[in-house]
Amino acid sequence: MSKKIHVSTTVNGESVEFLCEARQSLLEVLRENLSLTGAKEGCNNGNCGACTVMLNGVPVNSCIVLAVEVEGAAIETVEGLACHGHLHPIQKCFLEGAALQCGVCTPGFLVTAKALLDKNPNPSEHDIRFNLANNLCRCTGYDKIVKAVQAAAAELQTR
Amino acid sequence: MKAFDYAAPTSVADALKLMEPPHTAALSGGTDLINRMKDYVSSPERVVYLKDIDALESIESSSKGVSIGAGATLAALLEHGEIKKTYPSLWKAAYEVATPQIRNMATVGGNLLQRPRCWYYRAGNGLLALKDGKSLVREGDNRFHAIFMTDGDALFVNPSSLAVPLIALGAKATILGPKGERTVPVAELYRVPKGSQERELTVQHGEILTKVVVPATHAKNASYEARHKQAHDWPLALASVALEMDGQKVGSARVVLGAVAPVPLRSEAAEKAIEGKALNHESATAAGDAAVKDAKPLSMNAYKVQLTKVAVKRALLAAVGDRYWEEG
Repeated sequence: MSKKIHVSTTVNGESVEFLCEARQSLLEVLRENLSLTGAKEGCNNGNCGACTVMLNGVPVNSCIVLAVEVEGAAIETVEGLACHGHLHPIQKCFLEGAALQCGVCTPGFLVTAKALLDKNPNPSEHDIRFNLANNLCRCTGYDKIVKAVQAAAAELQTR
Repeated sequence: MKAFDYAAPTSVADALKLMEPPHTAALSGGTDLINRMKDYVSSPERVVYLKDIDALESIESSSKGVSIGAGATLAALLEHGEIKKTYPSLWKAAYEVATPQIRNMATVGGNLLQRPRCWYYRAGNGLLALKDGKSLVREGDNRFHAIFMTDGDALFVNPSSLAVPLIALGAKATILGPKGERTVPVAELYRVPKGSQERELTVQHGEILTKVVVPATHAKNASYEARHKQAHDWPLALASVALEMDGQKVGSARVVLGAVAPVPLRSEAAEKAIEGKALNHESATAAGDAAVKDAKPLSMNAYKVQLTKVAVKRALLAAVGDRYWEEG
């Protein structure tokens, strides 16, 4: 066991401190040290996007970020989407549009879709597909996911 | 992944002190290094994290050109207006690298200095993938390997998409090491390793790539990448061109090929074929044909010869605004 390093960061708006080994990924620490199991380990090499979280406002694959790199950073995970027990419109539209089957990829899609809509409230279908290119789903065939993001964009614009 | 010591310096000078050879690795975006460490292809004893060094991140344009910090992310490069306007070949190549998540982390320096993606190398068989005197590449599945310079043992392809337009644009790289600073053309960051102990990169252990400077240009420039999928894929063949026009004709040309040889490959044959000619489908096709004159594909990748021809043709036409393949 190598020496542990102290890291101070912000997760979903709350200050968090943890101890980790330099070789631990951010995903590993989120899941195992901080019990935030929303982000999933799929490929564990940056291809599938199931581990997507926001790091300082942009989506990244947390499996290929070292936890020690997030000292002083702001992280948002899928757990931060719902507010006071109310699902975020993106989550609601995924549910209503049946944009998931097994659900393993869903947290990554939700976080990436949120990042997209934060930046571009009215994305075209091409924008959605382009920005979700790092999120793989082997169940749905993507169409329902794209439609759910479009529905969420429409709902967010009426607010 | 093996355990390692971790350091996060905030200045280049401190980083250099920490980069003691030989078992130290520089970590920037991490999209290559972390995966190599997970797969035990690379097991450094110390990792020096460079992203806390603000000086490495800046992108600055001036009348002389644009200076791109090695730590600038590909996402930052894409958002830089001057890059898109003056260096569309570089912008397009960066746009097609990997995915949004990866471009948010991956850096210009890391793209240039990532290690080859040859699956035999990544499976721990070494850069040349020789076993019992035989080439695993030559005798195995080589569909994504080199089609040029295949007489030797280095059959991987250079994985950097950015190196290709940067070489076409005449960019130079600045490297800082214990002996001071040196500046080299981007093409000289690479070499064909002659033995299994030699690396394909000329940056030495202990050195840090700090920036790339692309000279100001009026050259019409473009890149074209042939790939399987629109989403998330590697180029099968990539061509970048930079053309100094002489009226309606091409005065001087730079044509560089990627993903087809162990180094980014300048094609003087294609340059000669297009220089002095008006740029149209006929002359662009002839330049594409000239580009593959010396190709010697392996057992499974002759298809890349045709893709390379087309990449050169389309990059040339794209440079003058003809993107005929996108119509209808």
